[in-house]
Amino acid sequence: MYTLPNKLKLFAIIFMVVGALGIIGGFLTAPSTTAEVKEMMADDHGDGHAVAHDEDMTTVQAHDESVTSESHAAEMHGDEAHDEEHYEHVLHQLQNRPWSALYIASFFFFMIALGTLAFYAIQYAAQAGWSPVLFRVMEGITAYLPVASVIIFVLLLLSAFHVNHLFHWMDPELVNPESDDYDKLIAGKSAFLNVPFFLIRAFIFLAGWNLYRYVSRKYSIKDDTAEDNRWFKKNFKYAAMFLVFFIVTESIMSWDWIMSFDPHWFSTLFGWYVFAGMMVSAITVIAMVTIVLKSQGYLEHVNDSHIHDLAKYMFGFSIFWTYLWFSQFMLIWYSNIPEEVTYFVTRIEDYNLPFFGMVVLNFVFPVLMLMNSDYKRVNWFVVLTGIVILAGHYIDVFNMIMPATVGSSWFIGIPEIGSLMFFFGLFVLVVFTALTKAPLLARRNPFIKESKHFHY
Amino acid sequence: MASKVIHAIYNDDDILLQAVKQVREAHYHIDEVYTPFPVHGLEKAMGLADTRIAITSFMYGLVGLAVAITMMNFIMIEDWPQDIGGKPSFSYIQNMPAFVPIMFEMTVFFAAHLMVITFYMRSKLWPFKKAENPDVRTTDDHFLMVVDAGTHDISKVSKFLSDTGALEISLIENDEDH
Repeated sequence: MYTLPNKLKLFAIIFMVVGALGIIGGFLTAPSTTAEVKEMMADDHGDGHAVAHDEDMTTVQAHDESVTSESHAAEMHGDEAHDEEHYEHVLHQLQNRPWSALYIASFFFFMIALGTLAFYAIQYAAQAGWSPVLFRVMEGITAYLPVASVIIFVLLLLSAFHVNHLFHWMDPELVNPESDDYDKLIAGKSAFLNVPFFLIRAFIFLAGWNLYRYVSRKYSIKDDTAEDNRWFKKNFKYAAMFLVFFIVTESIMSWDWIMSFDPHWFSTLFGWYVFAGMMVSAITVIAMVTIVLKSQGYLEHVNDSHIHDLAKYMFGFSIFWTYLWFSQFMLIWYSNIPEEVTYFVTRIEDYNLPFFGMVVLNFVFPVLMLMNSDYKRVNWFVVLTGIVILAGHYIDVFNMIMPATVGSSWFIGIPEIGSLMFFFGLFVLVVFTALTKAPLLARRNPFIKESKHFHY
Repeated sequence: MASKVIHAIYNDDDILLQAVKQVREAHYHIDEVYTPFPVHGLEKAMGLADTRIAITSFMYGLVGLAVAITMMNFIMIEDWPQDIGGKPSFSYIQNMPAFVPIMFEMTVFFAAHLMVITFYMRSKLWPFKKAENPDVRTTDDHFLMVVDAGTHDISKVSKFLSDTGALEISLIENDEDH
């Protein structure tokens, strides 16, 4: 049995506390009026401008400026109204920012738990012989799923009741034909994309996933003391059923919870794209937790070959993710249809560094690092690459959500890092506590002998 | 130079694998093992060095990538620029996404084909090559281990090999030049 080291518990709690402070700080510093926005923008720009002016102040330029300011004066009226609208817009973006940061971080860790559950179900359904020694690690990680589900459902509820305005399409004015803000495209989608149905779907998906997680864990524990393979057979059957349910619901979930941030835009492979990111993050976390437990002297049956196999999956799914990322990007880039291409125009113009930086982190780095067969067995190497992959996929989720909610007013600052730290602490606490609840070896699994002797 | 080798025939891959380990422990030299199918772990048991074909494959892939870039740059940018889908081809980098599938395919094509050719050359295989396996049964269901008799006592080695589970043991005197 694994016992939770006090140091780890303290480490997790410190992360949660610091993270919570960051989240609160993010909410407190968000502006509440356009006046505050103006002040913030003046603070940000003021210094830079003043310096530039001092340096460049020549007579010629002074002359130029006087000319331009004259012409400005003529347009003053139009500009002011426009400015006010702009500040209003920035205000909404900045008010969305702490919520978005919270949502992204909570979704990121949720997706790790869900991806692990899917990977776990695949192992059962495929009757894999190599992985049963890792089953308890995977069950530990999926223990975060119920916690994450509650948090994400609460966040969705808060959006549905207009506490925040993350989901633009939830505004009832957009589907009201009488209103000035009537949006024909969103109204056309409202049979599917309406708040009650959205929440019902979210509830059914979360309930289904958590049900499988609960049942499979229960049977896995029962299997330890069973006389025959009855519980294994049941788990096999439920895993297959879950996978069918999962692949449909995961796809719809990705439309609902991510793609609907840009309600005009659509991509038919979005579900797969989110799935690929989910799987690679989940497998990376499985590998990292396994290595941590192994370094503490547990999991004596896990050998180099198991780590090697996990690293192969990290490598493979990184390439799979890139394939989908590029497939989505290239078709839209090539066809250049305005309603589709705006998605990438925003990201390339306003999010250039995170957008292309993430491709380096999620593709170039893992490919070069994990290509060599020997490196896949070096634990610290796998952990190091894993950290890069996880950072890359956090930025991937960031890129999927932030452009729609905060536009160009993004920054990875206190709200983002605070949220990330909070959910990281919570994740570590829940996962490692769950690992103490059962023996780390599913000892009566019919494939456990094969798994112990697994040799690449 | 005349050399003497012993051919030991087995009919089970597990027994063969065990025998290979025992023969090596007894410090006899195994020249070669002929099997009807790849036996997992045999190369490690025989103490063969790891294959370097992965490294050649990586280099061939890079060659393929370079060829694809040069080729597309010549065809689509330098030689005959066209306006496709409102994207005039005057710059490689700006049209790069359209070339990625070709870059990928050429990388795979070069890596795969050149790797296979390298493998054939390294294994000394080419069309109309005469088969080297000393016993046709190794293409069906038997395994053959070639042990260098060297200066060892033949009867002792034969005894040892039959103890490892060999079904047939024969001494081959090889007069050909190597």
